[in-house]
Order: sequence, then structure tokens, then C-alpha cells
Amino acid sequence: MNGPVDTAPPGPWQTAFRALGGNRSAMMALAVLVLIVVLSLIAPFYAHDIAHTDPFRANVAGSFMLDGRAVDIMQANDNPLHLGMTPAGPTWRPSAYMLGSDSQGRDVAARLLYGGRISLLISFSAAVLCIVIASIVGILAGFFGGFVDMVLSRLMDIMWAVPVYLFAISLSIVTISDGLKIGPFTIEADNLLIPIAIIALVYMPYAARPIRGRVMALRNADFVMAARSLGVPRWRILLVDILPNVASSIVVLAPLMAALALLTESALSFLSIGVQTPTASWGTIIQDGEGLIYSRPMVAIAPGLAIVIVVVALNVLGDGLRDALDVRETSKRGT
Amino acid sequence: MRCGVPRSLRRRPVQLSGWAPLKALLPVACLPLFLGASLHAAALAPGAPDSPETGGTLRLTASSSGGTLDPQISYVHITYQMEAIVYDGLTTFAKTPGPMDRHAIPDLVEALPAPEDGGKTYVFHLRHGIRFSNGREVTPDDVAASMRRIFRANSPTAGPYYSHIVGGTECLHDAEHCTLSGGVIPDDTAWTITFHLTHPDSEFFDRLAFQHASILPADTPPHDTGNTAPLGTGPYRIASYEPNSGLVMERNPYFRQWDAEAQPAGYPDEIRYAFGLDPEAAVTAIENNQYDWMLENVPLDRQAEIGSRFSDRVRLIDQMVIYYAALNVNLPPFNDVRVRQALNYALNRKAVVIYNGGPAVSLAACQMLPTGAPGFEPGCAYTKGASPEHPAPEWKEPDLALAKKLVAESGTAGQKVVIVTPQSGGSDAIANEIRSTLTDLGYVASVRPITPVIEFSYIQNSDNNVQVGLTGWSADYPSASSFLQTLFSCATFIPHSDNSINASQFCDHKFDALMDRAAEVSLTDRKAGDALWAEASRALMAQAPAVPLDQTRRVALMSSRLHGAFDTPIYEAIFSQMKLRRAGDQP
Repeated sequence: MNGPVDTAPPGPWQTAFRALGGNRSAMMALAVLVLIVVLSLIAPFYAHDIAHTDPFRANVAGSFMLDGRAVDIMQANDNPLHLGMTPAGPTWRPSAYMLGSDSQGRDVAARLLYGGRISLLISFSAAVLCIVIASIVGILAGFFGGFVDMVLSRLMDIMWAVPVYLFAISLSIVTISDGLKIGPFTIEADNLLIPIAIIALVYMPYAARPIRGRVMALRNADFVMAARSLGVPRWRILLVDILPNVASSIVVLAPLMAALALLTESALSFLSIGVQTPTASWGTIIQDGEGLIYSRPMVAIAPGLAIVIVVVALNVLGDGLRDALDVRETSKRGT
Repeated sequence: MRCGVPRSLRRRPVQLSGWAPLKALLPVACLPLFLGASLHAAALAPGAPDSPETGGTLRLTASSSGGTLDPQISYVHITYQMEAIVYDGLTTFAKTPGPMDRHAIPDLVEALPAPEDGGKTYVFHLRHGIRFSNGREVTPDDVAASMRRIFRANSPTAGPYYSHIVGGTECLHDAEHCTLSGGVIPDDTAWTITFHLTHPDSEFFDRLAFQHASILPADTPPHDTGNTAPLGTGPYRIASYEPNSGLVMERNPYFRQWDAEAQPAGYPDEIRYAFGLDPEAAVTAIENNQYDWMLENVPLDRQAEIGSRFSDRVRLIDQMVIYYAALNVNLPPFNDVRVRQALNYALNRKAVVIYNGGPAVSLAACQMLPTGAPGFEPGCAYTKGASPEHPAPEWKEPDLALAKKLVAESGTAGQKVVIVTPQSGGSDAIANEIRSTLTDLGYVASVRPITPVIEFSYIQNSDNNVQVGLTGWSADYPSASSFLQTLFSCATFIPHSDNSINASQFCDHKFDALMDRAAEVSLTDRKAGDALWAEASRALMAQAPAVPLDQTRRVALMSSRLHGAFDTPIYEAIFSQMKLRRAGDQP
């Protein structure tokens, strides 16, 4: 005879993940993101073993094989004066300049995959860094209040007062020529840490504000007051009572921050003040395609489309997470 | 090797329709034309050519003005081109179609005088009756004053071009009290000007033809006149100038054509220059016939478009310009001639040509003398199957194997090389091509783009330790010395200076002596002199202090109402010779 089964109710995270799993839009978005990440990760395999090309090396004087014949990568136009050179267009064959060539004779498809690695790395890293800094600032300001809150909040107000792109462009221009020197450490101008740090910094107030608000609400909650009255140390209250209760807000913010970071990275790279050559990102590839927009629009369209897909997927996933974690409802209750 | 104007650029004759009813109307239709012609003849401005194509307003556009209008100070192409029809020198360059290597011809003087005193004295006979735009006749005193003013107004070429006039060196040191009393002697009775030089100069006539030796009234202030144009003798005078918006030229009422080759009478009644339109917008404006001509080259990304849609309105203009990478012969690894030769062998000029617009507008360069320059002889020392001793007729393909062998012999592989380039699309791409080539040769190469405004000065200063610097050079007048002597003689390398045009820091006294001999021989025998310049060019490339990249042609777009335009190597366009179709006068 079997005894009664002890079925403990699922925890809040377990419930949230179940809810997320039931959200088909969010799951589709996640699948798209995973697919793009995987495609980006196989960039070296694609470039080396399928396309047989070096996506970082200019090759305007070269040619590739298509249907058994050699095709010049850069082709003279057939106008009466033969003015202008146009890169090869898309062949739609993975082994032969599938998405065509850019103005330096490089395989756009291979660069798109490599660019994805860099763009996604920067946007995800910047989002994580931004969330970590914003969480520390938001929790400290919200929990301690008073002087600490005043200083941190005014600092965020100042940063908030500067338009985000203007702020990012200013910081990028300052660091682009000589890199960044912090005490004995020097970060070279072409180091990816620079755009990551800049993007994380400019979006920090946007993430810290809601976290601070949530912590301020929690600070006066019954269970925090009870812990205080029992003499529990502040650091323990922060780690055990506050942090787990703002974690859902932080998780919901993460994909939205990643989407914003991706857009900002692309903008900075398009303006030549983000990722530096010869490294490729989706922003730099769009810049490469700017001059070819009439003759070879695919050079700009392909990375543009990739950015749109990833940003939409991140937003849909963010919405799914918010619904699953019930942040809005909790916030309402909290406030 | 010189590229001619493609047949498709020549104007096609208008095909008359065979529609019969129109023929019946012909006499009536022609009536307004006859009336117009007679009215036109009656209203013809003094000095204007008696032609039905005379008249109208020529509309030009440029992204910005050239600053000062002072012809003895300004050193920018826009002013040089514009003021070629406002000012004259004792000599000038022909304002008619012709080959690139033409030398100076007489302008304000009757003829080019024979050299006396072993090439150190010249007696010029001034033409009678030539007037400034205020009606006063040009006198020998005006010529002497203008030559003094070159020094007094601190003309940028006073030192390199005119300091060998006797008294010139003193004038350089004390411009305020410059007299040139022993160097330029006017004679109002004989109507002559005598020049005494400290040493013979085979390019003296060419230097007098340069705009800084324009003849101005003797009472022109001895300082930069800025936005006020001094009086000139050409067919046009500058009526108004606002550097931020535009400039207007109108006919000089006292101009009478004295030589159709030196200073031909102008066709348009008025020439208007508008400033502020960027090249992309200018192309669109000219496509729409809002302007007739633009100063800047048609941007690379628009060339395919205009080649397809407006090929009959495009002019490809040969330029005496060379683009090159200066290799610092005093810094490793380029202090080893084998490394310099290796880079010359390895660089793919085909890629360079493609980056600069393709074979229609760019020609791979193998030497520092551009095609068409005096002394130029075809030959390519650094291409597959060639060597400095046995050059090929032209560049074929890179020889990477030989280049790698030379680098291996030098033992310099693995060293760091930084390429400094002006920050612009085309230059960046070529710099990256050189970086890739150096990487293939085993170096750790990188590119350092610098804003174009300072790059040219930056690569010249030896304190900046530039290993490779990308730049270009165009001649003030057609001569071999403008390239070889100016860019690679010991005298033009000035350590620790931003004004050291010899960016390679190359100094070889044997090479200098060869160039001096070429200049000396050119004084009496141009053909023999040119042969020596060709020898100097080969000797220079054997040392390979630079990597010649390419020579480009300018792509110019004209409005549909413009015709008769032609190009000259020095001025590119002669605005006075541009004719406007009557039907296109409506905006």
C-alpha cells in the first residue's frame, strides 16, 4: 500500500518557468535567439570550411568560383564610360559569397556571422554589467535612504539629464583615440571592454531607478521590519530578504537592457566610434553598406535585419518574463 | 600610355527629324533665331567673342570657398582655377586643349626671351596696350612691383620658386625692405623687364606662369588682400565675394584678347560660384541642371550612376597627380632597401586601382613621375618578372614570392609597422591593403588613421617617427623636378619640421647630382634633359623610398546646357571657354 504522496507546492521560480514555458511567443523568441547565437558561434567553421574566405581581409582584386567559372569580386560597371566598381551581389549559395561582397571584397555572409558574435557579446555583456551596477546602486540607495540615496539619486539624475546617445557618443569619442587609462591599467582603444563599459554606464540610471523604487517599497515591508526588530544585521537583510525579492525585477530588465545595448552598439559602430576595424559588428557592416545602398543593398539590409530580429526577440522574451514573474502585479502590491 | 578622352564624351551632332510638316515651318521657326542673333551682335560686350554662344550666366558650385582671393597668397585649387581668367603673368600655361607636358608660353610679354649670361639673365618685352580692369595700362613698373610683392606679402612659394632672383634671399629675410633692385629691372623706355638670377633655372618660365607671379598694379597693398581681389588683366574681374555663400565674376570692360592661347576671350557674361553644397548634393543639383559644374570630384559611390545616366555629360580629366606611400628610410624596417623593394613588389596595384574607382579613372603607378609628366618614360621595376635593372613596360601583378625572399634576407620579419593614413574611405581601404600585404610579408602591421587636415603635416615631421605615410602630390606646373626634386632631394628633408615635404627622409647626394644635371641640361636641350629626368626616376625607384600607388583622373559632371568645355592639365577647366546652350538658360 502506498502512503499519501507528499506534494510540496512549486516554488516561485519554478512557477515562473512553467508559465514562461507555456508562453508560445516567448518560447519562439527564445528559440530565435538561440538559433542566432548558435549561427554566430559557428562563424569560423562557415568562413573556413564552407565559404573558404577570410572575412577580415580585403580582397577587391580577387575572384571566386561560381558554376565552374571565375567571377571577379569587384566588377566594372557596364555603363558607356565603365565608371564605378560594384561588388559581387548575392549568389544565395553558401559556398560562394552567399550574400555578396562588400566594397572591400569581403564575404558579407561570413562577416554577418562574425559580426553577430561581437554584437551579441557586447550587448549581453553590457546588459549584465549594467544590471550589476544598477542593482548595487539601486539597492544601496533604496535600502539606506537619506544621504546615500541623495548622493546616488542626484548622480543618476545628472546622467539621466544627458540624452543617452549624446552621452554614449561623447564617451566614445573621448576614449576612441587613446583608449582608457585607469590608474596603472590601460585599455586599448580597440578593446571591446570600452564599448561594453560605455553602454553599461549610460543605461545604468534607467535600470537603477526601478530597482531603487522596488527596494524602497520592500524596506518597509513587514518581514523586513520584523528582521530589523530581531536585530538581524543589515547586510544579511540585504542579501536574504531584499535581494531575492528584487531578483524578478532584475531578470525582467535584463533582456530589455540587452536590446537597448544592441541598438546602441550598432549606432556607435555605424558612427565609427564603437567596434574598431578590422573587427566586425553588425553596426560596422551597416556602415560598410552605406555607400552601396543603391547597388548592393544586401550589405546593409542583412545586418539591419539581424538587429531587428534580435531586438524583437529580446523584447518578446522580456514581456514573457515579466508576465511569468508577475512583476507588474508584485510591484503594484509593493507600492 | 596617356589616356585620351573617350569617344563617347564627344558631343554628338543633333539629328534632325524627317517629319515633313516641320520642314514647312522652318523659315518661321528660324525667324526668332535670326532676330536673336542680330540682337546678340548689337549687345555684345567689349572683348567678348563674336559668337552666338556668347552670353549667359555660368553657375558653379563648391563645398567651400578657397579663403583669400589674393592671387599671390592663395595656394588652393579652387582659387587657382577661378583666377586663371582674372589674372595674367609674364608667362602662362596654354588655356587650350593639349597634352599634359606643355611648358609655359608668353602671356603679358611678346615672346619667351633667349637666356643670356649662361641662363642667368632674361630680358622680357612687355606687350603694349594691356590694361587692368580699372583701365590703366600695365607697365614694367607693375611687373617689378609684383615681383617684389611676392616677398613682401609672404607668398608661400617666395622661397622655393623665386628666391634665386638676385636679391631674393635678402627679401626672404627682410620682406618689408625688399627691393630686388639688382634682380628685376624695369625699363619704361624700352618697355622691358630684365631678370637676373643667381643661378640658371630651366623652369624659370614655368615658375613665372604660376599664379603667385601674377602681375598686379604697383599700388596693390603689400599684404594679403583677403576677401578683396586685386585688379587683374584677364577677361573677367571679381565683382563680389562672400566666402560663406558665393562669388560673382563679371566681364572686365578693358579686356581685349591679345593671344587666344594665353588668355582667350570668355563666352559667359557672368560666372557665379556658390559655396556650401557637399559633393553628393552637388551631383544631384547638376543632374537637375541647377548648376553647370562642380569643383569636387564626383564621389565614388555616384560614379556608376552618372556613368549610366549621364555619360554624355561626364568629362574624365587627366591630372598630373601621384598617390604614394612614403617609406621612412631612417626607421626600421624600411631603413633596409630590400624591405622597401619587397613592399613595392608585393603590393597589389590592381586593388589600389579598384579602391580609387576602377580602371576608368585610376592608373596603377610604378614610379614617382606621373604618366604624361615631362621626363616620364613607361617602365615598372616592381612587378612579376621585372627588376630595377630590367623593368617591365607596365605593372602586371605582384610578386609575393620575391618579396618574401627579400624580407627573409633582411631578417626584419616580425617587426611592428604602423601605417599613417588620412581618415577617409578610400585612403583607409588602401592603408588596409598595405597592412594586409605587410602581414603577408611577416610584419605586425596596423593602420593609424589621422584627420586629413593634419595628416600631411604629421607624416612630414621626423619627430613623429612615421614608418609609412599615405599621401598624394600634384604639380604646380608640369615638370619632373616638381615630383622628384621636391619630394626626394636632400634639401627638402628638414628634420623636426612639419614643413619637410620629403616625408621619406630620403637623401642621396648622387641622386641629387643627377637631378641637378638634368635641370642644367634642360636649360638648353629639353629632350636631353627629359631623358636625364627619366634616368633619375629609375634611379630613385631602385632605392624605393616610396611605393607609388596610382594616378587618378578627375570625374567631372556638367549640366546639359553646358558645352565646349575642355580640360587642361594645370587648370583642369577653363571657365571662360564654357559655352551655354540658349535653350538651357531657363532654370
